[in-house]
Amino acid sequence: MKSLFQLYIQQFKTTFATMFQYRASLVIWMIGQVLEPLVYLIVWSTVSNGNGGSIGTYTTATFAAYFIILMLVNQFTYTWVMFDYEYRIREGYLSFALLKPVHPIHSDIADNIMSKTITLPILTVIAIGLAFAFHASLNVTPWLAVLFIPGLLLAFALRFLLEWTLAQCAFWTTRVSAINQIYFFLLLFLSGQIAPLSLLPRAVQIAAKILPFYWTIGFPTELLLGKITVTGALIGLGVQIVWVAIAVFLVRVVWRLGVKAYAAVGQ
Amino acid sequence: MSYFRLVRVFFRVNLVGEVAYRINFFINLFQSILGLGTALLGMAIIFSFTGSLGGWRPNEILALVGVYVLIGGIIRFTIQPGMEQLIESVRDGTFDFTLTKPEDAQLMTGISRFGIWEIINICLGFALLVIALVRLGGNIGGLAALEFVAMLLTGAVIIYSFFLILATLAFWLVRVENILTIFQSMYEAGRWPVSLYPAWLRYGLTFVIPVAFATTVPVEALTNRLNGVTLLVAFGLAVILALVSRAFWKIGLKHYSGTSA
Repeated sequence: MKSLFQLYIQQFKTTFATMFQYRASLVIWMIGQVLEPLVYLIVWSTVSNGNGGSIGTYTTATFAAYFIILMLVNQFTYTWVMFDYEYRIREGYLSFALLKPVHPIHSDIADNIMSKTITLPILTVIAIGLAFAFHASLNVTPWLAVLFIPGLLLAFALRFLLEWTLAQCAFWTTRVSAINQIYFFLLLFLSGQIAPLSLLPRAVQIAAKILPFYWTIGFPTELLLGKITVTGALIGLGVQIVWVAIAVFLVRVVWRLGVKAYAAVGQ
Repeated sequence: MSYFRLVRVFFRVNLVGEVAYRINFFINLFQSILGLGTALLGMAIIFSFTGSLGGWRPNEILALVGVYVLIGGIIRFTIQPGMEQLIESVRDGTFDFTLTKPEDAQLMTGISRFGIWEIINICLGFALLVIALVRLGGNIGGLAALEFVAMLLTGAVIIYSFFLILATLAFWLVRVENILTIFQSMYEAGRWPVSLYPAWLRYGLTFVIPVAFATTVPVEALTNRLNGVTLLVAFGLAVILALVSRAFWKIGLKHYSGTSA
């Protein structure tokens, strides 16, 4: 336990130093993180204004709030392990991680926590600026705001575990970019990134709620926006817990199979 | 003449290097189609709620998506790989070999590497553009068509010069591998008409990172939205950027002192 704690502290330091070293990359990367939800915010605001100021239950101001919260939730739950893993396995760096007495997932968790600690405050400032620029309106309900916190943490856990599982594909094939693209395609349409789920066709909504995607981004976003009842929120948290349990199981199984298939290439 | 022969030779070398991996063709084809599908599905969702977006009708946006995919393909086919190669070779010193060649180093940089599979995106983008044009039908006059082609070429010059200026920074800063990705992340925004965006973002996408000239402006020409001022600004900017980037390149070359090789 103590050694695990030390590992986390060390990884925090490493991540901090790395991010500070590559400041320019960080800025460029953040532009991308902000721009995508911003573009959809603008497109939907335009549609809403052309439609007399609202579509369904979303007014222009709620659209703005939706996409700004979504930007923060996406940033909070985002991981890059799929891209890292492909490199680690292709170049053989995973061999070093395998020599260590702890599961390699821990250093990835620590890496994610630290980099988000750095990026979230910056993004929050941007979000506040955007909220003023686009006149976002948000009526926070106290109960939902409280439930938003476990909702967000579970969303991060779920997305992290799923993407970590997906990253293991690199054990079997070096062409993971196509697999990643399919994942991001599904995520875009089913998680609420392209539009609030309630605006999509009924069949898509049902698929999104059966599959894990909605629970990683759309659910916490709608929770803070107050689009869900308290009962609905509690049920949602239950669904998230079930999915996290499934994801933990997946990580363990795929990891065990993957390590067996691993033949260090490169180094 | 020898320049065209060089282009052919380099293209062949790049092609031969890639076609050995036949499965890559299918994977890239799949990825390109998925990318296009994403754009079209997104469009379909938005146009299920409205007949026009900021005054743009669906077929006009379709033409814009076509140009977006086409130009994006061209950038990643010829402009970006060459610039990446330049940055790499300045860092590890192999740029010396380019300098010793009798041809102009800037030309050599531009033709030494191709993103072969981007040909798929170029074809898909072109096909989509043709479909959109057919659906727009007789609304396109001869002058509009001429302006469209002129603006596409102007946009290409602007983008090329912009990339060259960024890549030339490598002569001073050395570690600039990531600088080109700034364009990629901003290019996403070019899928929609820049007239939708608030002023600060519109100017940013026009003059800071010139995405608008490559995507929105040509389609504006096609759909009779282009005014004389934009046309002149685009031409002027293309000429100025071409000259500035060339001058900057020459200063950069003087500053280059070879590193490890």
